[in-house]
Amino acid sequence: MGGIWAVGEVGGGQPTRLTLELATLARQLAESGGAEARSVVIGGDAAAAAAEVAAFGPDVLAVEAAGEGRPAAATVASHLAALVAERSPDIVLLGATPDGKDVAGALMALSDLPILVNAAGVDWSEGRPQVEMSTFGGRLLTSSTFSGARGIVLVRPATVTAEVAATPGSVETVTVQAQQLPEVRVTERVEEAGAGVSIEEARTIVGGGRGVASPDGFRLIEDLAEALGGAVGATRAVVDAGWIGYGQQIGQTGKIVKPSLYIACGISGAIQHKVGVQTAGTIVAINKDPDAPIAEFADLVVIGDLFEIVPKLTEAVRARTTGTA
Amino acid sequence: LHIVVLLKAVPIVGNERLDDGYRTQRTQLEANGNDEYVLEKALKLTEAGGDVSLLTMGPAGATDALRKALAMGATRAYHVQDDALAEACLRQTIDVLTAAVKKLEFDLLFCGADTSDGQGGVVAPALAARLGLPYLSYASEIEPGEGTVRVHRLSPTGYDVLEASTPALVMGTQVLGEPRYPSLRGIMQARSKEVTTWSLADLGIDPATVGEATVTTRVLGKEAPPQRSGATILKGAPEEVVAQTVDFLAQRRLI
Repeated sequence: MGGIWAVGEVGGGQPTRLTLELATLARQLAESGGAEARSVVIGGDAAAAAAEVAAFGPDVLAVEAAGEGRPAAATVASHLAALVAERSPDIVLLGATPDGKDVAGALMALSDLPILVNAAGVDWSEGRPQVEMSTFGGRLLTSSTFSGARGIVLVRPATVTAEVAATPGSVETVTVQAQQLPEVRVTERVEEAGAGVSIEEARTIVGGGRGVASPDGFRLIEDLAEALGGAVGATRAVVDAGWIGYGQQIGQTGKIVKPSLYIACGISGAIQHKVGVQTAGTIVAINKDPDAPIAEFADLVVIGDLFEIVPKLTEAVRARTTGTA
Repeated sequence: LHIVVLLKAVPIVGNERLDDGYRTQRTQLEANGNDEYVLEKALKLTEAGGDVSLLTMGPAGATDALRKALAMGATRAYHVQDDALAEACLRQTIDVLTAAVKKLEFDLLFCGADTSDGQGGVVAPALAARLGLPYLSYASEIEPGEGTVRVHRLSPTGYDVLEASTPALVMGTQVLGEPRYPSLRGIMQARSKEVTTWSLADLGIDPATVGEATVTTRVLGKEAPPQRSGATILKGAPEEVVAQTVDFLAQRRLI
């Protein structure tokens, strides 16, 4: 049947922001290419999430899949592979998140489809997607396409802005006979941190580096992030020191993020960190060293002691948002 | 306990180049950072008995990365090297690695979370599905048992405990622990460790099926990313610079 599919991720009954971005992207590509767009939502609470995804335009295929005791990505991959075999979409868009990558890899093997990864932009040209990829940690942009008509594209968060469509799509509940993957059991789910704003989904991120000096110093970063309604990020040095979990690490062996605003506190801006955040909309650096490499890719550099500046900035932001300024 | 560690030699981060034909440089390579974390875990897990084999697919320039990993303590290495693979797409890469892994017997196959050059993170799940191996990913802890493996898989709010029977493929993260530096003794010993080179013919693959003719993705162009226009620098009393920062953010509608 061809067409462009946007495969969503559901967390706690809600589609992620990236899911809504992918639905928007599929709609935009379909409009410029004349192909048909669909969203696909797979999970235990697919129907509820599907209604929300439908507002972004494409008709939604909702696959109810309980997947008790299995990793979520395995449940999605096994059902998605069956659906792809049945309906033969040309292009499958997936989010470049841990689960999205696991699903994409398994789908690639089960469906024998080629793949383009790490997309920072997708256009439609001459009947094919033209995928802009950020290579070598963003130091080079390459544009690639598939040799044939079909393939999987892994799309990074914030590649497009999610926009509700003028006409919402419909929701079709479908059942498929899932393809089988070798068994992996989830025996326990351990909650460690509170479910704060995830750094992939956050529009504002406040990052802390070696300059914050201690776990107590890191509280200042958390306070500013909270005042801004954003998420907390960190460099590898801070994660290695155990002041915050690996899930918050930005950079080469951590996550690649694209918030509208990134405030880097006490971060020198080494290449390993830069590659994770350089495409942020606006970058503000607070650093006592005017020669720190971060000045080369920031928009605003505040020279000074973060222990003085960050609390005052937090206060000023709070005053503004509560209207008491 | 036999653990095979998949290792990729990548351009040194910050020093990468693509030539006019969009080909990646093939010299000055180092072991991919995420692969060294799983290698370290494999070395620790086999201390009480067992051995670690390295498997790489890459150009001749990958040898240095293999020697370093052998110096860290790996027992032996297998190097898939063939000119036809110079610009392999991801699907061709998976085909070749699948054939290479099938030649080995092991309890666990370890992969790093992604590579610093491509940042795809799809080779591990694709290999597992191709090979029919249980797949346990984003590991922060790996505990082998009798014919089983248990893994802590990082989740947004903590971790899930996963279990599967072996042989299995485990994809691991930085949380597994800092890789060791090779000791002088390790470096000396590595010189005499065996590195087996496999060509495509050794893997039973016709070079015509993996070269340019069957490549599934193509690079159309490349360009340098847009540069930022240069930062505004604020210096002065904390109250002043904070007020200016707030104005800057408000002007851009960020607060």
